[in-house]
Amino acid sequence: MKHIFVRLDRCTGCRECELACAVEHSASKDLFTAIFETPLPRKRLYVESADGRNIPILCRHCDDAPCLAACLSGAIYRDWTREGVVAQRADKCIGCWTCIMVCPYGVIGRRLEGGRWVAAKCDRCPDRAIPACVEACPTKALVYAEPEEWAAIVRRTAATTLAGQVG
Amino acid sequence: MERSLDIASQAMLKVAQHRGITTVWDRFQAQQPQCGFGLMGLCCRMCLQGPCRIDPFGEGPRTGTCGASADTIVARNLARMIAAGTAAHSGHAKHLAHTMLKASRGEAPDYPLKDEAKLRAVASRVGIPVDGRDTQALMGDVAAAALAEFSEKETPLAWAATTVTPGRVQTFLKHGVVPTSIDGVVAEIMHRTTYGTDADPVNILLGGVKCALADYAGMHMATDLADILFGVPKPVMARANLGVLKAEAVNIALHGHNPVLSDVIVQVASEMHEEARAAGAAGGLNLVGICCTGNEVLMRHGIPPATHSVSQELAILTGVLDAMVVDYQCIMPSLANVAECYHTQLVTTMPISKIPGARHIEFREGHARASAREIIRLAIDAYRRRDPAKVSIPDHTSTAVAGFSSETILSALAAVNKDDPLKPLIDHIASGNILGICLFAGCNNVRVTQDSGFLALAKELARENVLLLATGCGAGAYARHGLLTSDAVREYAGSGLAAVLGAVGQAVGLDASLPLVLHMGSCVDNTRAADVAVAVANKLGVDLDRLPVVASAPEATTEKAIAIGTWAVAAGLPVHVGVVPPVLGGPAVASLLTEGVKELFGGYFIVEPDPVAGAKKLLQAIRERRTALGI
Repeated sequence: MKHIFVRLDRCTGCRECELACAVEHSASKDLFTAIFETPLPRKRLYVESADGRNIPILCRHCDDAPCLAACLSGAIYRDWTREGVVAQRADKCIGCWTCIMVCPYGVIGRRLEGGRWVAAKCDRCPDRAIPACVEACPTKALVYAEPEEWAAIVRRTAATTLAGQVG
Repeated sequence: MERSLDIASQAMLKVAQHRGITTVWDRFQAQQPQCGFGLMGLCCRMCLQGPCRIDPFGEGPRTGTCGASADTIVARNLARMIAAGTAAHSGHAKHLAHTMLKASRGEAPDYPLKDEAKLRAVASRVGIPVDGRDTQALMGDVAAAALAEFSEKETPLAWAATTVTPGRVQTFLKHGVVPTSIDGVVAEIMHRTTYGTDADPVNILLGGVKCALADYAGMHMATDLADILFGVPKPVMARANLGVLKAEAVNIALHGHNPVLSDVIVQVASEMHEEARAAGAAGGLNLVGICCTGNEVLMRHGIPPATHSVSQELAILTGVLDAMVVDYQCIMPSLANVAECYHTQLVTTMPISKIPGARHIEFREGHARASAREIIRLAIDAYRRRDPAKVSIPDHTSTAVAGFSSETILSALAAVNKDDPLKPLIDHIASGNILGICLFAGCNNVRVTQDSGFLALAKELARENVLLLATGCGAGAYARHGLLTSDAVREYAGSGLAAVLGAVGQAVGLDASLPLVLHMGSCVDNTRAADVAVAVANKLGVDLDRLPVVASAPEATTEKAIAIGTWAVAAGLPVHVGVVPPVLGGPAVASLLTEGVKELFGGYFIVEPDPVAGAKKLLQAIRERRTALGI
């Protein structure tokens, strides 16, 4: 399963990923009309700032997902039709916010659906080949890759650095 | 999305793809997705505590660091766009005024007075005594009066106050938007939008309107002075589109906006064909136009327009363009990169507009013809380096009739009714033969399939008998697609409009009807159309905000277009824009521009990217006004 990895040195803090996420989860999927929708669409990832760095924080779709384990109503489930994405059935959400309590990344929010508050979490953009946030990132700080591919990228960078130091 | 509806552009885009040359469409693609905050006008970069952005979805910050709201930020950004547009148009006018002043002192001998009647008309309109005055002195006085418009004074801008209806003057006074200095109001916008100054969105927008009225004055001045120095345009026929480039000639494209340079190059070129032939070009020199410099030399000399706006790079891809000579505005820096792949010499000429990779030959009005000769010789030199293997000229041109200045239109109407020239036009509007008038202005925009907005709107409105006027790259689009012809009247006009255009064509002694769209000049010439509307309003005693007159910029790109649209709204017109301007992030601003402003000035913006829906909304606006007038 592909995951969204972050090149932590690349994020400029422009928040385009946040906007793209909200637009992708709007009814119209168009920025110019999405801002007039009721309810307003909600983003599902967050660009935080810490120690002088910009850090995009997003759902890891954990293998041992605390939100899934904690969801008593069965709203959060693993969707095996989509390689095991941690998904959500909004109609089953009872609004207990236990998922919000246990998520170690704090990336579950709330949204209005049918006049009722439900949990808002990353669904890995089921209508898209590449998640909207990844596509929106102007500096390619977000990388959509298999964990092995990501590790290979990191290894190559490390190898280049080492080679340079050896001279 | 298709890139262009223009067959010649489509052919050149295939060449670009084949040769791996990137164009504006590729670069736009590479920019996707573009910043949502920028698209909504919600990014403020006006102090070093920023940049600040407002979250349009309401989860993040609702104000900037200083406390500026979304509406404040959007209004400030918009006002600065208007100021930039005003600076550009009026800079163009100022350049002409300086040239005219030098000419009046004998310091620019290559700029003799071309149109004495226009000189006297402009002078008397702005309050300069004309009787018995020598023309050199009069030129000096008009130039000085023009330059005085840029400095601080306490009276309204003469080029605005003397060219609008008395009703507009009252409206502008009432809302405190009368500009007294062109440069002053541009500076005022910069002042009031800087850190910690004007935070009231409505007040900022009224400041923007004041600036836009200075833009109107600068544009009117540019047209007036160009007509005095180079002649009032008269109808002229030419071929249009990239097929006007010739394999056997030295081809020089004149690109940019101002006739100060281009007109002289056209004059000098007629004496230099032999030099081109001596270099092996049997066809001598072939001058063509691009963008609004192209419109200027088309109207006054019948120079064929090669292409416009977003397709400017494609002229180089024909492989036969030996030089592209540019002045300022709308010149893509990428031209230098495309020219690198060919023998084409890109020549910049203005001290304020240089491009890395181009050859700079500074144009001096005092030695205009000598500068022009030097530039033409560079083109002849470049011709010798042309690579025949790269030649690919699209075999496509259309007929275009251009040059409908307000003077030309009024004299054509005078051929129908000598004693009362406006009467036929007013009668036809009253009878419904002409439902209304629409001015098409503005650019192409790479977001829109090139020309698709212009073509769809014109066809929709012509069918409903709307008289169509066009300027700038809009007029260029119609030229390249054959809409500046009487054939287009047969194809697209409703019966009432066709009858009127046919009758006026007969009356002025043409074998044919007037063209479907009247080409009124370059983009700086929009006040030519305003002059006609003002004349009709004054004759009827009905102000502009009640006339069935509308405007449309279906593919607008530049800050200049924003300034024009704003003064057109202030003049009382419904103004359609086919590209969403960066204002939606400020809900109060967006609503003021599309609705609230109607209460203040009578005009308002209609933002509608779908051209057919845009045409419907314009027709509705025209019909509402007809109903209100009882016609």
